[in-house]
Amino acid sequence: MTVRLLYFAWIREQVGLDGEEVTLPDEISTVFDLVMWLRTRGEGHAQALSDLSLIRCAMDQQMVPLTEAVTDPCEIALFPPVTGG
Amino acid sequence: MKQVLVQRENFNPSTGQSLLEALSPGAIATFTGLVRDDGGMTAMILEHYPAMTQVALEGLADQAVERWSLSGVVVIHRYGTLHPGDRIVHVACASSHRAAALDACAFLIDQLKINAPFWKKEIRADGSASWVEAKGVDDLAAERWG
Repeated sequence: MTVRLLYFAWIREQVGLDGEEVTLPDEISTVFDLVMWLRTRGEGHAQALSDLSLIRCAMDQQMVPLTEAVTDPCEIALFPPVTGG
Repeated sequence: MKQVLVQRENFNPSTGQSLLEALSPGAIATFTGLVRDDGGMTAMILEHYPAMTQVALEGLADQAVERWSLSGVVVIHRYGTLHPGDRIVHVACASSHRAAALDACAFLIDQLKINAPFWKKEIRADGSASWVEAKGVDDLAAERWG
């Protein structure tokens, strides 16, 4: 499964990328699994995704919990808690 | 009537007010958020998730319209580089009666804080920068709406 990942705010800065296309290994079934796998992709990824309490996710532009199943989405965004308004 | 704008440019709060007054609603409640002049901050960069922001804000506006039977709602949120005193966000709600207009306006501001994909970065005079951390009190404020 190939998905488009997007990163925002300090997660984007620490990863060092706005986003990337990745082919997911078969064993990834939830967003949590995805985050754990991404941590192994480099120092920046590991640092950005080290604290799970500060990671929020949107799948195809809808907010979802980290326990959400990854079911062939087009776009997964990872970002810190939002601070708008 | 629903108007949701996500834009870099400044806005005039009276534009939304006029749009809603044209509906002859009985009551209009408005809120405008400005960049606070916190000591030492010279600029604020508002990053957002363009593909999601419009959809998220329209979803919140729809919830407010349905829950309080609003005749009209305006939501404007800026992104990009802002400075102390600049307008960031504007919400205006029109209804037959004041309670619904006021409650819907407060609901939207509370929900924007935790459900709209924006992130603030503060730039200080010495060139240092830091991301604004989300506040637990904002979660509590949003939770009171059930």
